[in-house]
Amino acid sequence: MLRSRLLDLRARAAATPNAGHRLARMAASAIEVRHLDVIRGGRRVLEDLSLEVDGGSVTGLLGPSGCGKTTLMRAIVGVQARVTGEVGVLGLPAGEPGLRRRIGYVTQAPSVYADLSVAENLQYFARILDVGADRIAEVLDTVGLAGSERRVVGTMSGGERARVSLATAMLGRPELLILDEPTVGLDPVLREELWRTFHGLAREGATLLVSSHVMDEAASCDALLLMREGAVLAQTTPEGLRAQTGEQDLGRAFLAIIKTGRPAP
Amino acid sequence: MSIRVTLASALRVLRQVRRDPRTATLLVAIPCVLLVLLRYVFDSAPATFQHIGAPLCGLFPFILMFLVASITMLRERTTGTLERLMTLPLAKLDLLAGYGIAFGLLATIQAGAVCAVGFLALGLHASHGAWLVGLLAVANALLGMALGLFVSAFARTEFQAVQFMPAVVFPQMLLCGLFVARREMAPLLYDISWALPLTYAYDALQRATRPAPLSAALLVDVLVVVAATAGALALGALTLRRTTA
Repeated sequence: MLRSRLLDLRARAAATPNAGHRLARMAASAIEVRHLDVIRGGRRVLEDLSLEVDGGSVTGLLGPSGCGKTTLMRAIVGVQARVTGEVGVLGLPAGEPGLRRRIGYVTQAPSVYADLSVAENLQYFARILDVGADRIAEVLDTVGLAGSERRVVGTMSGGERARVSLATAMLGRPELLILDEPTVGLDPVLREELWRTFHGLAREGATLLVSSHVMDEAASCDALLLMREGAVLAQTTPEGLRAQTGEQDLGRAFLAIIKTGRPAP
Repeated sequence: MSIRVTLASALRVLRQVRRDPRTATLLVAIPCVLLVLLRYVFDSAPATFQHIGAPLCGLFPFILMFLVASITMLRERTTGTLERLMTLPLAKLDLLAGYGIAFGLLATIQAGAVCAVGFLALGLHASHGAWLVGLLAVANALLGMALGLFVSAFARTEFQAVQFMPAVVFPQMLLCGLFVARREMAPLLYDISWALPLTYAYDALQRATRPAPLSAALLVDVLVVVAATAGALALGALTLRRTTA
């Protein structure tokens, strides 16, 4: 398993220039944030935030709504204005044009054309990324929408639209997937399936940063970033969080961390 | 800039229009119906109908494409698809050129229909050929599209975007010379009219529909319209931000 993963990583890296260098960095950390500050509407939404996300892992970004999860993700994708500090993504500064092909970003609200069919949406984004029809069929299969190609997105349920948006982000086989609350409004079976998909992608070498405000999803992650009020409280793992707090339930463990009131060093 | 992405964007916009056949039908039918209306409003003054109606055939596409383009781009902003596009390997020019091709095609159909109704059915006369009016109409439609794309950046809702039509289009219609010759206006308005692109669009249409022989002035008018379109597109490109607050 490990061997095939390494081979896959190498194949990916070989396809891009500057391969060895990038492979080394990616294996170490896919995202490196140092002293990040973001101001939105005159308010400091993120303050002196630093973190690292390992390559080839599924990292959960958890915290109450309004704590800055979306802003942090936008800063990593490079679409957030008024950012100070360092944000390194796949070895490049966030927002570099060279990253546009390598990052998939799914916003909280599905950003696809509601007046087009599923196939028409994916065909457009596939042309932009220069991938073929076989890849469209693959991603639709992955999100469980095979057979829905002709349906108009505007007539679909919220969960289905979210999956069209997710399929779109996966089209270009991005090395880094940033998913903002991808499982909101999905039934438990589908949630389970998507989490399995996320781990499948990570096994193939992709890095996933998945936000959620539901603590029971934390158990599905390789690593956890716990946020509160614009700061990272803890950078840990599900086991680490349990051990640190002595709580088996991750929701209660998070509450325990909050009570100590001290951001991670 | 990539031809593949430009054409894909044009195809996507056309597919959106096709998915909304009512809008597509209205786009073609409304100017034709208005022209018929105008014909019977000026039932006892056919010379006035000729004077206003002939150039108006080339101005309708300007007005409608302004509206359609500003609302389409506003939707692109409010539904998050613009933000997604800005995170993808797509040049801003690819998107704008895609819009240009799609709306240019729509404008061609629209202008063809209006000119057919005006010059074939209603007896309007274009001294230098209805085809010239049709060509100018497409150029004017692209000008309208470019202005619409630009001003859509200043609207947060579709309700606001619609208000830009009376704000941006109506004053240009009033000052371009269609209803009253520009020399008869207050001197200040006459001076202002020189700065408005629709003045040149109308001037070109007037030259195409009146018997006076064509001169280089027509070319100058067209060049001003094309330059104004390019300028509005450049300003529009500036409003497509890769990063937002």
